[in-house]
Amino acid sequence: MSAQTPEVRSTEQLREKWMKPEVISGSEILLRSLLLEGVECVFGYPGGAVLYIYDAMYGFEDFKHVLTRHEQGAIHAADGYARASGKVGVCIATSGPGATNLVTGIATAYMDSVPMVVITGNVATSLIGTDAFQEADITGITMPITKHSYLVRDVKDLPRIIHEAFHIASTGRKGPVLIDIPKDVSAAKELFQPPGDVQLRGYNPRTVPNRLQLDKLCRAIGEAERPLILAGGGVIYSGAHEALYEFVTRTQIPITTTLLGLGAFPSGHELWTGMPGMHGTYTSNHAIQQSDLLINIGARFDDRVTGKLDGFAPHAKIVHIDIDPAEIGKNVPTDIPVVGDVKTVLEMLNPIAPAAAKADAWRAQISEWKGTHPFKYQDSEEVLKPQWVIEMLNETTNGEAIVSTDVGQHQMWAAQYYKFNQPRSWITSGGLGTMGFGFPAAIGAQMAHPDRLVISINGDGGMQMCSQELAICAINKIPVKIVVINNQVLGMVRQWQELIYDNRYSHIDLSGSPDFVKLAEAYGVKGLRATNKEEARKAWAEAMDTPGPVLIDFVVAKGENVYPMVTQGSTIDQMLMGDA
Amino acid sequence: MSGFKHTIAVLVNDQPGVLQRVAGLFGRRGFNIESITVGQSEEVGLSRMVIVTTGSDTTLEQIEKQLYKLIDVIKVINLSSKPMVARELALIKVKAEPSARPEILGVVETFRASVVDIGANSMMVQSVGDTGKIDAIIELLKPYGIQELTRTGVTAMIRGNAQ
Ligand SMILES: Cc1ncc(C[n+]2csc(CCOP(=O)(O)OP(=O)(O)O)c2C)c(N)n1
Repeated sequence: MSAQTPEVRSTEQLREKWMKPEVISGSEILLRSLLLEGVECVFGYPGGAVLYIYDAMYGFEDFKHVLTRHEQGAIHAADGYARASGKVGVCIATSGPGATNLVTGIATAYMDSVPMVVITGNVATSLIGTDAFQEADITGITMPITKHSYLVRDVKDLPRIIHEAFHIASTGRKGPVLIDIPKDVSAAKELFQPPGDVQLRGYNPRTVPNRLQLDKLCRAIGEAERPLILAGGGVIYSGAHEALYEFVTRTQIPITTTLLGLGAFPSGHELWTGMPGMHGTYTSNHAIQQSDLLINIGARFDDRVTGKLDGFAPHAKIVHIDIDPAEIGKNVPTDIPVVGDVKTVLEMLNPIAPAAAKADAWRAQISEWKGTHPFKYQDSEEVLKPQWVIEMLNETTNGEAIVSTDVGQHQMWAAQYYKFNQPRSWITSGGLGTMGFGFPAAIGAQMAHPDRLVISINGDGGMQMCSQELAICAINKIPVKIVVINNQVLGMVRQWQELIYDNRYSHIDLSGSPDFVKLAEAYGVKGLRATNKEEARKAWAEAMDTPGPVLIDFVVAKGENVYPMVTQGSTIDQMLMGDA
Repeated sequence: MSGFKHTIAVLVNDQPGVLQRVAGLFGRRGFNIESITVGQSEEVGLSRMVIVTTGSDTTLEQIEKQLYKLIDVIKVINLSSKPMVARELALIKVKAEPSARPEILGVVETFRASVVDIGANSMMVQSVGDTGKIDAIIELLKPYGIQELTRTGVTAMIRGNAQ
């Protein structure tokens, strides 16, 4: 990996080199601007409309460009990079089909508030609107799934627009920003002058909360008998995990973390109740339903968390802390709204927050539930159980790897059985639930953290949605450990068909899947297979001893279901527990 | 919940696509647009949109908050919560044989509308007023035969110094 890591320069050195006013092309302006924004790595795919940009990148080494094998791979990788690093992910694609191939990835990032700048080429300004070859109205197509977007009509605007785009993507509620650059704009020459401060009249995210609301919250904590914290991805995005830890230890309030909030709070802590919602813990769901004070910190009351809305947390006074005012009251009526950056809010709260002194019985109740209702499954000596595989990964890595998943049953088992203790270690598509996301996102995460262990956990279905990116693992020696939980079916769909559609298994059989070991080897990636516990331990040990990328095909039991499960239309304490 | 009618004014950057962003937001989130007008504002580079929508108070609150998330939106004002003046313009081409004209003129006068064009057997009536007044004049002209009708949608402002 070290050979791929670009030379690190200080912003000062860069400025000296690049800030001299000079007449250069739009393409060079773009590259310099990206450098000035601190970009280290971009993922992309060339084509006619971005050829000037790629030409300017020829021999350019100040940041690394990873050539993926599909634009979808590029955008998910940029997303994984952003989630793992906390920096803005950058992705480049050409006009028309290149740009439209990004749509799923942009929507994925938008739903999970991931900061990204997406650069697309477009046909020349004179051709826009004529249905020219490879023209697509990508700003129009992506308007509902971007935080903001630009169609650059004049090269003079380019430095300002790029600077604004990075600012918008990475502040307030984060999200993807698209910059569409017509071919003539990337070719045009202009005197490059670095932009000044960002000035956007309509954009002033409020980071500092109203002090009176915090006082109200403190009073509520003092009075509560059954308080609960519901922490989400916002804690991780704002870098508030330490402040959250302090808040919990001070107040002694039990805490549940949503799917995207996993890692925001150490899983081993006695006050942690696990994940809530559709496949959440008994403890979290019952705690939510019985709480008298529910403090939502940076989560958005997604329907997978709330279940049936009327009937959600029926006894609780609801507190909602969020940077995005539109989230407050959107799904659940709020008693104490707190608009602000989660970290700022918690840092202001910590010195004044009282202990939840009336909640002893509640804490005892929660710890009893945790003891009597852990996640469980029926293990087997004949067939590999997927849950066991995840437990093995967790144990052998001490819960310290960066884990990405795709979407399906394996995602839920990974969320249940891998025990996260650090933020930005868990990379999964929560809001959109995008199959094909996990593997390229792991590549991006590994680019961000060349020295950490990155495990990409996939289903046999989703693995086939971006498997072509095995090539970039091999070529760039990106040492991701790729786990396929191979149950030979679209497992999560099978589960729904079994439980809700009366065992009518419509179109879920994945017969005809490639031999994943051979598939890996075809790309120059080491492939291993395991069909029982002994082979599994051996294969995983071998993978850990192998320096580069390795794919392990874990052939697991076909009919396993994810439990507990809350079916749609039920409140979250009405859980199917399975028969384990 | 269909709820009440609300009139909101949205001050936006005069950027290409801004109308699409605003209208798209309404469509995508299932907010209703009864009418939408847009034009220059008192400040160069800014346009003002006036949108009439229906929905509960919670919906209205979401509409305002979601609008504020658009980078090009500078200010959102709920006009109908304040004393406001709201007007729309309608042009109504009504069938008007010479014999029917005096009667039609009677209607026009009563509503303080005006006739802005006369054809061989039609007249074009221009009416300005709040939505109720325009509905009423259209109702009264209907029996004569309305050949063509166009309404601008509501534009509105808060009265005097009310804020
Ligand atoms: C792009 C996309 N298409 C379809 C789905 C619907 N879907 C959700 S889970 C799932 C099955 C996934 O099967 P697999 O990848 O084998 O994982 P498993 O559930 O077996 O672990 C499907 C089809 C989706 N989430 N994303």
